[in-house]
Amino acid sequence: MNKIIEKQHFSEKVVKLVVEAPMIARSRRPGHFVIVICGEKGERIPLTIADADVERGTITLVVQAIGDSTTKICALEAGDYLTDVVGPLGRATKIENYGTVVCSGGGVGVAPLLPIIKAMKQAGNRVISVLAARSKDLIILEDEVRKHSDEVVIMTDDGSYGTKGLVTDGIEEIIKREPVDLAVTIGPAIMMKFVAQLTKKYEVPTMCSLNTIMVDGTGMCGACRVTVGGKTRFVCVDGPEFDAHQVDFNEMMMRLRSYTPAKR
Amino acid sequence: MSNTISPRDAQWREELRRSMTAKERTSIPRARMNELAPDYRVTCNEEVNQGLGEAQALVESRRCLDCPDPQCMVGCPVSINIPGFIKNIERGNFSEAAAVLKETSALPAVCGRVCPQERQCESKCIYNKMKKEPVAIGYLERFAADYEQHSDDRALPPMEASNGMKIAVVGSGPAGLSFAGDMIRRGYAVTVYEALHQIGGVLKYGIPEFRLPNSVVDVEIDNLRKMGVEFVANCVVGKTLSYDDLMARGFDGVFVASGAGLPRFMNIPGENLIGVMSSNEYLTRINLMGAGRQGWDTPVLRGSRVAVIGGGNTAMDSVRTARRMGAEKAMIIYRRSEAEMPARVEEVHHAKQEGVEFMTLCNPVEYIGDENGRVKTMRVQRMELGEPDASGRRSPVPIEGAIDDIDVDLVIVSVGVSPNPLIPNSVDGIEVSRRGTIVVNDETLQSSIPTLFAGGDIVRGGATVILAMGDGRRAAAAMDNKLRPKDNK
Repeated sequence: MNKIIEKQHFSEKVVKLVVEAPMIARSRRPGHFVIVICGEKGERIPLTIADADVERGTITLVVQAIGDSTTKICALEAGDYLTDVVGPLGRATKIENYGTVVCSGGGVGVAPLLPIIKAMKQAGNRVISVLAARSKDLIILEDEVRKHSDEVVIMTDDGSYGTKGLVTDGIEEIIKREPVDLAVTIGPAIMMKFVAQLTKKYEVPTMCSLNTIMVDGTGMCGACRVTVGGKTRFVCVDGPEFDAHQVDFNEMMMRLRSYTPAKR
Repeated sequence: MSNTISPRDAQWREELRRSMTAKERTSIPRARMNELAPDYRVTCNEEVNQGLGEAQALVESRRCLDCPDPQCMVGCPVSINIPGFIKNIERGNFSEAAAVLKETSALPAVCGRVCPQERQCESKCIYNKMKKEPVAIGYLERFAADYEQHSDDRALPPMEASNGMKIAVVGSGPAGLSFAGDMIRRGYAVTVYEALHQIGGVLKYGIPEFRLPNSVVDVEIDNLRKMGVEFVANCVVGKTLSYDDLMARGFDGVFVASGAGLPRFMNIPGENLIGVMSSNEYLTRINLMGAGRQGWDTPVLRGSRVAVIGGGNTAMDSVRTARRMGAEKAMIIYRRSEAEMPARVEEVHHAKQEGVEFMTLCNPVEYIGDENGRVKTMRVQRMELGEPDASGRRSPVPIEGAIDDIDVDLVIVSVGVSPNPLIPNSVDGIEVSRRGTIVVNDETLQSSIPTLFAGGDIVRGGATVILAMGDGRRAAAAMDNKLRPKDNK
């Protein structure tokens, strides 16, 4: 049982939870995720870690209510408990001084991107962050991102904030303007697919973080398998980060729909 | 610990041997297991084997000749004093029979259900030489263990006084539990770390309820808890805690029994279509996560035409589960013939009773999906048996041009697993084989790191519950031998 210390609504369907998990807070690195269970009969849900505080012994999760389980998690209040939290899982992001790094995040993808932005900045990179969402109220963690970025570009589909346009428009402008050594992209699969197409055109190495269906999250079930460079890889133990130019996003998007029409 | 509480030269056993002639004993037919009817059991998750009744067990126990040099014990990976417990059943002392089992096995109710006795103890029984069916050792083991599980005062085995040393166990499956039981009895403080949210490993997520009810496993785990074993769930050693963290916590030794890991796939076209999944995923969703049961959140795809690829026990568990999940047609697809199947005879028999179709000498070569990416057709290559391969089994060879398309809506791939990569990836200096297993000394199960021992599937790559338990026992004996002050043996 892990206590929720703090809850904040980012938007109607997106909440930030600060959760007691001292061991995970100590061992997590940027890029890691946890598996969370809500209720004795709950399912195992993978969530990326947005932040951690070793002294308070807490981790920060950002959850979007999409299905039954995430809706249940989002309904929890401070003082409530998550039934189980396990992690940190996956491989940590390879942080080094690449030069100029463009970090693009779409929707709640900004949450797992934040620790990478921080670490990349600390490692001496010039960090340009591109935050994208459908509209202004869905842009999250802007202040935190600004604190650790050299420049922030905001893109909204409807133009209600920042520049009207897609995340790829924002990235392309930067690539045309100055040399970029690495792109990092986290968000919906369709967004990462188009970012990968764009950066491939400009030959900018690109890393993405995948959020697939998982059961155990420890390399046992294979539900999270994706094709990367023509080979089957497991997101939970080989990822979640991969070379975006090698990922078969179409197959991944198809597999994400495994349980959508008739859930059971 | 090798001295049994029921030695063969005990007076009661001598008297018992004299009470019936060998001829009288060997003329008794072997007991038949009471089973639920096949058409009923595919409608539910109830345990198929119902166990022997007391009268049946008493009769069956008389068949055992109490041999002077019992070969059955040689066939047992944990060397249970088999005649010792059987003769206790014969004299009506069922608690003592259970106590004899507990001398060597931390999980007798589990072993009595899932051990392949026909290849171990029972295969060595003297009755085989007489061309008669062997003593039903497995049924009797289960009888004694169940008797004890249902009795009010479950006795804890004798325990040595605390020796002040601390041991960590990684993984709470059969190897880890058996190791933990042996070490706590030797006076060590034992903490078991489990990555999942439930204790029991493959006994919980893998083996279905109809073959091994979770409640049976929980009683055994509860016994270990009463003996003082501490369990920590949701803790992934190598992630949540590093090996160095364990050392910093003052553990004197670590036993790694982290089990099977990544499921193997066949790398054929269409294997990532929706509706093609590993047996680990299928069974975990249903057994551990409650998919299909009222009120549980985890979903699972249900198929009406289900193909399970493979011929092992896990394949049988999957295909029988599919029947219970409502599959009208449930098929085993196996590339060799039935004679080469690694599954237990009993599992194959039960599967057939439940209406499972066996398509042997058949190998999938491609899966074809519909416009939504859901599997709809399985293309199979018909095979024939050729020369024996390295495993001694006749290897299957494709029959040219013999390719068939079969309609399916769910495919469960059950062709084995590779070892869990978490520990091999995260402990510096540990020697790992090319297959990804931890390399250990065959006798002691000690790894290249002197305080780290390992056993079960992380060493074997894929084996049975009882072999894993045997590893736990041997590693406990070897670690104890290494850690115990030499003047105190």
